[in-house]
Amino acid sequence: MENRVSMENKGKVTITPYENGPLIVRGDFEIETADGTPVPKGRRIVALCRCGVSSIKPFCDGTHKIVGFKADGDVPSEMGGAGSTPRA
Amino acid sequence: MTTVDEAVEIRTLSPSIAPRGTLSAALLTLLSDEPSDAVDSSDLMVLAHAAVRSTPSVLRDEDIQLSLFLLYGLHYGSLPGVSDNWEWQTGLIDVRQVLERAFESKLREVVPVPELPLPTRSAVARALGELTSAESGPSLSRYMAKKATDEHLHEFLIQRSIYTLREADPHSWAIPRLTGRPKAAIVEIQSDEYGAGREPQMHSTIFANTMRSLGLSTSYGHYVDDVPAITLASLNVMSFFGLNRRLRGAIVGHLAAFEMTSSIPNMMYGNGFRRLGYDATVTAYFDEHVAADAVHEQIAANDLAGSLAEDEPALLPDIFFGASACLVVDGLASAHMLESWTAGVTSLRRPRVGSLGGSMDDEALPHGESSFHGE
Repeated sequence: MENRVSMENKGKVTITPYENGPLIVRGDFEIETADGTPVPKGRRIVALCRCGVSSIKPFCDGTHKIVGFKADGDVPSEMGGAGSTPRA
Repeated sequence: MTTVDEAVEIRTLSPSIAPRGTLSAALLTLLSDEPSDAVDSSDLMVLAHAAVRSTPSVLRDEDIQLSLFLLYGLHYGSLPGVSDNWEWQTGLIDVRQVLERAFESKLREVVPVPELPLPTRSAVARALGELTSAESGPSLSRYMAKKATDEHLHEFLIQRSIYTLREADPHSWAIPRLTGRPKAAIVEIQSDEYGAGREPQMHSTIFANTMRSLGLSTSYGHYVDDVPAITLASLNVMSFFGLNRRLRGAIVGHLAAFEMTSSIPNMMYGNGFRRLGYDATVTAYFDEHVAADAVHEQIAANDLAGSLAEDEPALLPDIFFGASACLVVDGLASAHMLESWTAGVTSLRRPRVGSLGGSMDDEALPHGESSFHGE
């Protein structure tokens, strides 16, 4: 999990769920709206909202702390298995 | 209002910085010349010992905090007019250590360290999250969003400029003092702070744009005389932690707490400026920090502080000491502003000259064109 910048990983895009927080995206990627309009990232690494209450979606603005969002940082091994238990 | 020893002659520092007592007066006099081969700093040592012996509070002592600010300034090169040759003059290092011992002793006394978690990445991140989300009294950011006047906004930028025109520099001292995962993590954060290779995007540059838009000077040191000891202490804490390798846990904890208490307040600061009609040129700094620090806080808590605790469990207490010191000292600096404003007085040490008059050396530059902000 922590070894995200191993050599074989270089050049890839990684998406890391942080415990009780956003998805951190690193690497060479772009963000677009549904109709293909580019969304300026503003930085190389971004935090994407996964609690749903950010006022600057798709980016995180830290509000998950106020609403007490809970979600694991680890991802269970079954594909699609999410350890998240949103609490609003 | 403030006690400045006006009898002391002070010479050529530019911009000139006024002494706030006998120690800073002697230091400023010394620094206005080139160091000679036979610098005698024994008088300075006597004054330093006397200052720490007699002060009721190192954190709020104008003379001691200005002296620390000046001594750390030698390492940043942030004191215009002072010779670079002073940096490693051993007498000044001795004086600094006298002041630092008193500073640390006071910090260890007043900074509460929470119950320590296990030294694992996720336990440390979780505990830092709890520490930094604890409610601690009235909020400067809420006041800024809802009530601050235009004059308060100007004062806020002046108070913050002591650190923010050098934003990220104090924590960068930690980079060569760390290895492995924590080093990679802090570089990831600091790179963003420094604009990821794009100078106009450096946070200190964006902040300078905001100051310039409000008619304020962006020359580093221009406002030193205006800010109280507690504002200098806020920067001095970072410099102290950053410049002492044994305290690398504390500087890491400080950065984590700093980043973890940034996104939401910055949104509210931005709202305060928007409420008074300022446009995106002015709020860009705050808007940037909402998104940037939402990234940084995750990296700082997990990859930086959490990994450091795993790699060096002996540093765990200092990680939390540093984090808590950030909250306490910056809390005092914020409380000073809030208490001054709610009492209807300035938070500065002297009334501010009108923002549009005066001798702003660089206010004529168009917005965003110049990134000049320091020496």
